[in-house]
Amino acid sequence: MASYFARRVFQGLLSIVGASLVIFLITRLSGDPVVLMLPPEAPEEVVRQVRESLRLDLPIWEQYLGFAWDALHGDFGRSYRWQMPALDLILERLPATLYLSVVALAFSMVIAVPFGVLSAVYRGSWFDRFAKGFAMLGQAMPNFWIGLLMIMLFSVKLGWLPAFGAGTPAHVIMPAIALGWYPVAAQTRIVRSAMLDVLDSDYIRMGRSVGAPERVLVWKYALRNAAIPLVTMQGVYFAAMLGGSFVVEVVFAWPGMGRTVVEALFSRDFPVVQAGVLFSAVVFVAANLLVDLSYGFIDPRIRHGR
Amino acid sequence: MTPALKVENLVTELALRRGVLRPVDGVSFHVDPSETLGIVGESGSGKSMTCLSLLRLLPKPGGRIASGSVVVGGRDLTRLSEEELARDWRGRRISMVTQDPMTSLNPVYTVGDQVGAPLRYHRLAEGMRAVRAGAAAVLGRVRIPSPESRLDEYPHQFSGGMRQRVVSAMAIACEPEVMIADEPTSNLDVTIQVKMIDLYRKIQEETGVAIVLITHDMGVAASICDRIAVMYAGRIVETGPARRIFRAPAHPYTRALLDSIPRLGRKSRRLTALGGQPPDLANPPTGCRFAPRCALRVAKCAAYPPDAALGEGHSAACWLAGNEADHAA
Repeated sequence: MASYFARRVFQGLLSIVGASLVIFLITRLSGDPVVLMLPPEAPEEVVRQVRESLRLDLPIWEQYLGFAWDALHGDFGRSYRWQMPALDLILERLPATLYLSVVALAFSMVIAVPFGVLSAVYRGSWFDRFAKGFAMLGQAMPNFWIGLLMIMLFSVKLGWLPAFGAGTPAHVIMPAIALGWYPVAAQTRIVRSAMLDVLDSDYIRMGRSVGAPERVLVWKYALRNAAIPLVTMQGVYFAAMLGGSFVVEVVFAWPGMGRTVVEALFSRDFPVVQAGVLFSAVVFVAANLLVDLSYGFIDPRIRHGR
Repeated sequence: MTPALKVENLVTELALRRGVLRPVDGVSFHVDPSETLGIVGESGSGKSMTCLSLLRLLPKPGGRIASGSVVVGGRDLTRLSEEELARDWRGRRISMVTQDPMTSLNPVYTVGDQVGAPLRYHRLAEGMRAVRAGAAAVLGRVRIPSPESRLDEYPHQFSGGMRQRVVSAMAIACEPEVMIADEPTSNLDVTIQVKMIDLYRKIQEETGVAIVLITHDMGVAASICDRIAVMYAGRIVETGPARRIFRAPAHPYTRALLDSIPRLGRKSRRLTALGGQPPDLANPPTGCRFAPRCALRVAKCAAYPPDAALGEGHSAACWLAGNEADHAA
């Protein structure tokens, strides 16, 4: 278990290095930030000075090494636009993004687990078909589109929910649904097929044969077994939430990391983009490590190293 | 004596894509308290389906009891609601030991939780402490050493033989009147088989439980059963006291089964393998179902033979039983 965990930590670090390299190169392909920072009529001399002060005149590999060295020391540079450390900017916006992602993930589970369980118990019924349709809808529509439709219905027409911003619990409802609906289809399928397997197992029949009520068999004895593959996937879904939040945050003007990074991208504010994406990578890797650890809590066979 | 379990004309249907099968087609038998009835037959003869039918644990969708009765304690279990069956009968008055000890225990719950479950659901122990104490006591009764210390362990920490003891503990926890054991020893090592059979005998002495033992192993059947019912293609073809079935089998199929067992101390006679396959249950022969494979087949076999009573509760569904068969053998 310990060596397995160490291996996973090492793999995670490799992923983070890879992500840093990719994002560093891609941002630099998007163009010269100095052009956007200075007025078009700025003299050549000033442009050169600014470029030098931002180390943009160095060869790209030197730029990367400098960036990596500084990043290791927690310094992602200063935002070109906001004139504050890029990492501080990201960390300031991070809680809002995590909050949105967690609520979205919770929403998807609250729908997917009962849908999956009931679809398996009543397989082939109208509910099974309804659940499949509902889940597919979330997968078929892009999240910004779901977001816009919800704003039209619940904010503009009905006036029930605020269309944008953050602050009250009501603000998080629509962004979380827009973000969390997508994985519902996959999660429902995982729960349904796992439950079908488990409900057909010898130990459920054994439980039935000693008089366990059907409700206990399904929601206690079967679900805990069926939860193993679902939990396995949570790290991936959490990453999908973080990634998806970039767009949803823009639609709902959610003051999170995603919106900050998107804005920074438009103004070629490299340090902020780098800090934001790298930070997402770290959160992603950490979430997957947590998932690996959580197997042990659900499945004793893993806890005991078998 | 009132039998602990009385099954009459049980017919079980299984709806498959290729049609409706009757894996159990008019089966009748009874078991008295403290008695062990062995149901023997080849794979696919309907033994396991019979056993699942008794507790109404048939695969869903598709499996159902079409007709017949299963009477325990004066009540016909086929007529009870699913809720009533779970609340008052399954595990409480009639229980089951499943075939494979490796897959019959829930991997993510402790052994204590699972053995305590029947006590909890049937309210024989209230509160966590009482359930734990009860579970430990039951584990002790199946001869698991230091049961208290093993309550918090998980099934994967038990060996195959110990797991089968745990499964048996779940089945006897509420001291039911009837226990169905479906091939309880066929997945175990031979030495452990002997111990398990010994254990069942002791449990029976202690509690007077009636046991229905399903097996394809004539040796196991001979070592524990008081009476034997031989099943073939969904029907019981011969039934009687174990001693008589082994000494004077009346049905040609029973004889073929016995001829296929190797025996110690007997001059090395070739074992006879029974030719042919059991009939397709989607389309069974109209007459005697064994006739197509039977060496003694006569013209009358085109009609299904009635049970011929041979005395001492011994009967066989064969036209030749009781007369020509003896000479022919």
